[in-house]
Amino acid sequence: MRAAPVVALVGAATVSMSLLTGCGDDGGNDGATGAKGSAAAITVDATDTTCDVAKKELPAGTTTFKVTNKGSKVTEVYIYAPGDKIVTERENIGPGTGVELTTQLNAGKYQLACKPGMVGDGIRQDLTVTGQADHAADPRLTAALTAYKAYVNAQVDDTIATTGKFVAAVKKGDVAEAKKLYAPSRVGWERIEPVAESFGDLDPRVDLREADLEKGQKWTGWHRLEKALWKTKSVKGEAQYADQLVKDLAELKAKVSAETLDPPITPASMANGAKELLDEVATGKITGEEEIFSHTDLVDFAANLDGARKVHELLLPVVREKDAALAGTLDKEFQNVTDLLAEYKKGDGYVSYDTVGKADRKKLSTAVDALAEPLSRLAGVVSR
Amino acid sequence: MTERRTEDLRVSRRRLLGVSGVGVLAGAAAGAGLVSAARADEDKAPAAGGAIPFHGAHQSGIATPVQDRLHFAAFDVVTDDRAKLAGLLKDWTAAAAAMTAGRPHGAGAVGGIPEAPPDDTGEALGLPASRLTLTIGFGAGLFESGGKDRFGLRARRPAALVDLPHFAGDRLDPERSGGDLAVQACADDPQVAVHAIRNLARIGFGVVSVRWSQLGFGKTSSTTPEEHTPRNMMGFKDGTSNIPGTDAELLDRHVWAAPADGSDWMAGGSYLVARRIRMHIETWDRTSLKEQEQLIGRDKAEGAAFGRTKERDPVILDRMEPNAHVRLVHPDTNGGIRILRRGYSFTDGSDGLGRLDAGLFFIAYQRDPRKGFIPLQRSLAADGLNEYLQHVGSGIWACPPGVRQGGFWGEGLF
Repeated sequence: MRAAPVVALVGAATVSMSLLTGCGDDGGNDGATGAKGSAAAITVDATDTTCDVAKKELPAGTTTFKVTNKGSKVTEVYIYAPGDKIVTERENIGPGTGVELTTQLNAGKYQLACKPGMVGDGIRQDLTVTGQADHAADPRLTAALTAYKAYVNAQVDDTIATTGKFVAAVKKGDVAEAKKLYAPSRVGWERIEPVAESFGDLDPRVDLREADLEKGQKWTGWHRLEKALWKTKSVKGEAQYADQLVKDLAELKAKVSAETLDPPITPASMANGAKELLDEVATGKITGEEEIFSHTDLVDFAANLDGARKVHELLLPVVREKDAALAGTLDKEFQNVTDLLAEYKKGDGYVSYDTVGKADRKKLSTAVDALAEPLSRLAGVVSR
Repeated sequence: MTERRTEDLRVSRRRLLGVSGVGVLAGAAAGAGLVSAARADEDKAPAAGGAIPFHGAHQSGIATPVQDRLHFAAFDVVTDDRAKLAGLLKDWTAAAAAMTAGRPHGAGAVGGIPEAPPDDTGEALGLPASRLTLTIGFGAGLFESGGKDRFGLRARRPAALVDLPHFAGDRLDPERSGGDLAVQACADDPQVAVHAIRNLARIGFGVVSVRWSQLGFGKTSSTTPEEHTPRNMMGFKDGTSNIPGTDAELLDRHVWAAPADGSDWMAGGSYLVARRIRMHIETWDRTSLKEQEQLIGRDKAEGAAFGRTKERDPVILDRMEPNAHVRLVHPDTNGGIRILRRGYSFTDGSDGLGRLDAGLFFIAYQRDPRKGFIPLQRSLAADGLNEYLQHVGSGIWACPPGVRQGGFWGEGLF
């Protein structure tokens, strides 16, 4: 989770957003074409002989051009930096149709070209971009950050409480009880793992898998105890590692409850964290690598999903406005994965992952991809 | 592809049209499809960096002169939402038009919002179009799946889009067979072909999921008869008498579906059959030259039919062994049946038993598989080569006609 600058462009123009985002959106499919809509779209009217740009002096930052082809020929629109270096372009804009072209422009001279018939150098207009990108924060994003920080703290408190019980069972030598408490103790951690990962060596101490050990590295944390419980079936000599886990989680609590986190949480890092949670699911849980001895991968999967969904819900007011189609897609795909996962519920937890066959794993994987791909666009949307 | 000006691309397009036109297919073989093709440096077709026009009456990648490399992917549609499927086909069409012209898809691979992943994955930045073609096919599952008419398309399934019957010797792996959609990416640069499939798969998340895919490293059949015929993994020239891609009359008769064939939306399209044919390379290599040549029906050096001296000399069927491959699939043995072959050799590492997992990814286009691949493959039940071959993957798809400017893949179906 690296810190990213917050570029929130809000203002009077945002009220027209819902109208703009409807444009060119056919069949409800919004998955592929990238960013749509932004704070202040600039109208470009293209005909067979003209190329009218509503505004040619622009502030630096993210700009959306709303292009409408009012001519009779298929057209295309380019934005060129000096030397005809293409900054962005969109082709195949049919007569009577429109597209939105969103791009980052730094201060400098540019040209916008309409190319009726998609040939030649096109009809060109000079653009002048000045100033620096606007970094003012959206109060709704500030509120989302505050709420997320509270969520992170609550999850860390939860994992500390449940891990306390788990560790007590380990130290008592009660293997059966410890096995029951193992997966639940990890839930709070798995919900906020990207935040924990941002604190350097804490994550490897707490959550390293045996397969990821480097030569000479000492293995500590949950998965060491997992192996003792399920493979070795003895927790003799593991008490020191149980104590170490409790200590490490206390260190995590100290870091997440600090006034200012280091590194800080930003809307972009929150959104990236949600994407990273789905990455965790895709590379570690779907394959069954995370819980290779206990096969409790689906408990972690559900926790990762919860954590990502929380981020989505907190950012939703802003995302709905900036990219309504993306907000709708995420709502639907989060629900789809949640429903699919619910089929594997058993008691308070989930079925053992080694009982989930290849075809079912493929189904889970397909649903995760369908969510993670649009989710990867969230950071870009809250950053513009 | 910010480096390249569109004007340059258009020049190369014009050049293309001026030069050799379409490819060729002809003739003899189906089934194991042993026949011919040429190497890129010998191509009279557009230069390796050129762009093949995406729009037209027929999809490119069928009669187009065969490119050097293949990435073929079959997809399952994972939604029942017809509008989402149609939306994906529109998005795919736009991406295909951009990528075949040598441009990145969407807003590009670089230069966008730094906090967002780029639309295009970027590994083709700076590479020429490399004669990339993208050809789509619709599988039976689009029209009906598990008895369900998911998209309201059941009534529009073409009669020619049959389920392939079991053929003697088939050992099909369901994980390498079928698929609701198929995309054939061919290019002279493997990275360009792989980039295209990768980006289409990414665009498709939530609507489709890759079912299986196959890389082909060397073309076998050529559709340009003036070229050297390429050799397949058995070391023989493969595709000697393929249908030439320039022979409009043969293409109309054997490759393009016609309005009169019964499915209006398929007019100008074609039916694609693909088979992953594993070759038992090691046992073949232990076979005497004489037996190899008898099994094929041609000599290994020149590719001349038995009793002849040159590759292109007409074959004398009764000079060949009764179970010779070429004899069994020759049009004269099969009531004049011809299909257009476009297969590629593959090697997917080894099989864990110390043997190459290699063979032919057979691709054939035809007007009607019931009068094309199916009877030809049945003729091959007696093929002496069967001892050295195993069909392990299979699929059949209806490839719609070409896309007009502003249209999209399968527009006539939706």
